[in-house]
Amino acid sequence: MKFPTLAAGLLMATMAGAQSPELTVYTYDSFVAEWGPGPAVEAAFEESCGCDLKFVAAGDGAGLLARVRLEGARTEADVVLGLDTNLTAAAADSALFQPVDVSADYDLPVAWEDDLFVPYDWGYFAFVYDTTKLAEPPVSLEALAASDLKILIQDPRSSTPGLGLLLWVEAAYSDRAGEIWEALSDNILTVTPGWSEAYGLFLEGEADMVLSYTTSPAYHLIAEDDPTKAAARFEEGHYLQVEVAGMIASTEEPELARAFLDFIVTDAFQSVIPTTNWMYPAVTPADGLPQGFETLTVPARALLYPPREAAQVRDRAIETWRAALSR
Amino acid sequence: MSARPVLEAQHRAGAAAAALVLALTLGTLAAVALRAEAPAALGMADWAAVRFTVTQAVLSATLSCLLAIPVARALARRRFPGRGLLVTLLGAPFILPVIVAVLGLLAVFGRAGLVSQGLAFLGLPPVDIYGLHGVVLAHVFFNLPLATRLILQGWLAIPSERFRLAATLGLGPAEIARILERPMLRDALPGAFAVIFLVCLTSFAVALTLGGGPRATTVELAIYQAFTYEFDLGRAALLALVQVALTLLAALFALRAAVPAAMGAGLDRAVERWDAGTAGLRALDTGLLAAVSLFLLLPLGAVAAAGAASLAGLPASVWLATLRSLAVALGSAGLTLMLALPIALLVERLRGRAGSALVEGIGYLTVAASPLVMGTGLFILLFPLADPAALALPVTATVNAAMTLPFALRALIPALREAEASYGRLADSLGIEGGARLRLLILPRLRRALGFSAGIAAAFSMGDLGVIALFANPEIATLPLQLYRLMAAYRMDDALGAALVLMAASLALFWVFDRGGRVNAPA
Repeated sequence: MKFPTLAAGLLMATMAGAQSPELTVYTYDSFVAEWGPGPAVEAAFEESCGCDLKFVAAGDGAGLLARVRLEGARTEADVVLGLDTNLTAAAADSALFQPVDVSADYDLPVAWEDDLFVPYDWGYFAFVYDTTKLAEPPVSLEALAASDLKILIQDPRSSTPGLGLLLWVEAAYSDRAGEIWEALSDNILTVTPGWSEAYGLFLEGEADMVLSYTTSPAYHLIAEDDPTKAAARFEEGHYLQVEVAGMIASTEEPELARAFLDFIVTDAFQSVIPTTNWMYPAVTPADGLPQGFETLTVPARALLYPPREAAQVRDRAIETWRAALSR
Repeated sequence: MSARPVLEAQHRAGAAAAALVLALTLGTLAAVALRAEAPAALGMADWAAVRFTVTQAVLSATLSCLLAIPVARALARRRFPGRGLLVTLLGAPFILPVIVAVLGLLAVFGRAGLVSQGLAFLGLPPVDIYGLHGVVLAHVFFNLPLATRLILQGWLAIPSERFRLAATLGLGPAEIARILERPMLRDALPGAFAVIFLVCLTSFAVALTLGGGPRATTVELAIYQAFTYEFDLGRAALLALVQVALTLLAALFALRAAVPAAMGAGLDRAVERWDAGTAGLRALDTGLLAAVSLFLLLPLGAVAAAGAASLAGLPASVWLATLRSLAVALGSAGLTLMLALPIALLVERLRGRAGSALVEGIGYLTVAASPLVMGTGLFILLFPLADPAALALPVTATVNAAMTLPFALRALIPALREAEASYGRLADSLGIEGGARLRLLILPRLRRALGFSAGIAAAFSMGDLGVIALFANPEIATLPLQLYRLMAAYRMDDALGAALVLMAASLALFWVFDRGGRVNAPA
């Protein structure tokens, strides 16, 4: 009696498909790529939630927030994953998000107190270089500015690392930010619109260093077995990027959305992050970090503006940057 | 079917196509402006961006057109093995995704590029490509081939009988230039200049990547910033309006400056150029073609060489994305013709009346429309009606078709005018109107222009990242989007492999259509 069983099974499967609720998560494009964290996260969450997890990609982190604001309260999104702390103030002001009660033993270099957003990974911005071409990297932004090394950076008006560097200079040098930028201006080979263009040019050998993350060398080491990339350690400290997820206030699936945000800080999600998003997980999984991560540069000091302050510093920092580099 | 209703149907189709173009450009702009939360104003930095944008666009368009004249002349008066292939390859830079073309250019002109390596060998410092000159160089790389093609169309439209007559009269190169070629250029150049000026107006990644810093800020970047980081839709719309105003100025200039050439009809015999046989002219043309080929093909060769190694190991998703992009490209090519032909017919019908210039001006609008504003406007309009992700591919094809419309019109309108001027009265006297006129006179005379238009639409659509990034869902990626995803995931080698696939597919599409338009058509 195979056929009735098969038919019953198929019927059950279709019914389950029709009944299982859908959770829609908006995220940035590289999260959902087949080599990104998306597929593994989806499979792991669907194992336990009895639901259908649907990712929707919307450009980069900044484009993601713009998309949600464009859709407003009518948005299909239940959860937004991929904003960083430079965007969370604007996200909070949009009143589109609601607080969630997720607690975890975070392994972040800073204390986490935001109840509107759940951090899922983080990284230090850093200048990455090729150890076979540059034996003695500069030890600070000032030393870099005094050298004749050529660097590639991103535009703070269209890229999150670009904005991160601006806040880095502000946080480390405050009143002297303009001076640092003027000193750096002859080192800047060019300013690209996004991270991909800058990193691509660096890999093609156009510049000595590129603005990226301390975790970037891990990709080359682990995925390509290439130990020649490293991140320079700057003594004034490195600015942080913390990536977060939040729950949409108007969601029709509040229980599922909460379940997903709880899931984010568990091992099933966190263990996927290091070798797919190439960032540090917000909670170190029980098995620790993948082999190779122990070789990465660890800054002495972590710099990070609280979201509100970051939003305030931003406009001034962009003006300083533009004035210094337009000379 | 009698002729009158058919003619009216043609008019209506032209008006409908023009209305669709207006909706896609000004309609989407209005949708964005209406969604703005606060009144907007442009700041000092915005005006600086406008100044830089116009400066680089004027320089790029001027240089592209000036260089294109001798190159097109050389192509028009020389026959050599591989000429057809060269003409096709010349289309390549224009259709490549920006980042791929930039990587190709840097492989030649960058700090680690061929030229710098050559200089280092001689003990000289590397070339510095970053700055206004780098932006202009890249734009010439992108647009010189386009200018060449548009001007070459003009050259090929001079009937061979005119050259035959000139030879019989014993006219030399100087006289031929004065009597035949200059009038043709007065007709073709302003349009080519305007189109390239407009292409450069919306440049974003090229200008920023090679511009070297915030001095090289373009209007399109300002729009991006206003939209994504400040969510200031009012300012984004205002900036887009500035682009529309500049477009209209450029279109007005092109329409005013162009003087239609009256070449008369010919028998479409192969052109033989008795005037260009001297050794000096031969050497000049050969040198020119060799230089331009090197300038355009070396960077492309660098892209191909870099991608070849990872071609075999490309993930399956790249090939799936290729198929998807091919479908979008074919759809876009069909749509372009469906929009361009009715508009061109309407422009020709209204010739001499104010409406003609208006319709032609509308046809220019899309090229300088901000893709971001167009995509966002469409998103605002479609979001209440349907799932944007489900419409990703059709919307991408439509926007791409709209954006190549001006190029199609540049090719179709002069060809149509030529056909009507030469055979219109004969057709009138025979009472050939409406559908029969289209079938017997217009379409056969437009073959070459139609093939070129479809080819450029398909190839451009293949390589354009366009609005898909705003609408995409994980399962539906086009090839350019997949390429960017690979780069964003550190997979530079695979990205270069995908770039090679993209380049090959675009060129193949362009070749098939362009060739199709030239089958049985000599020259």
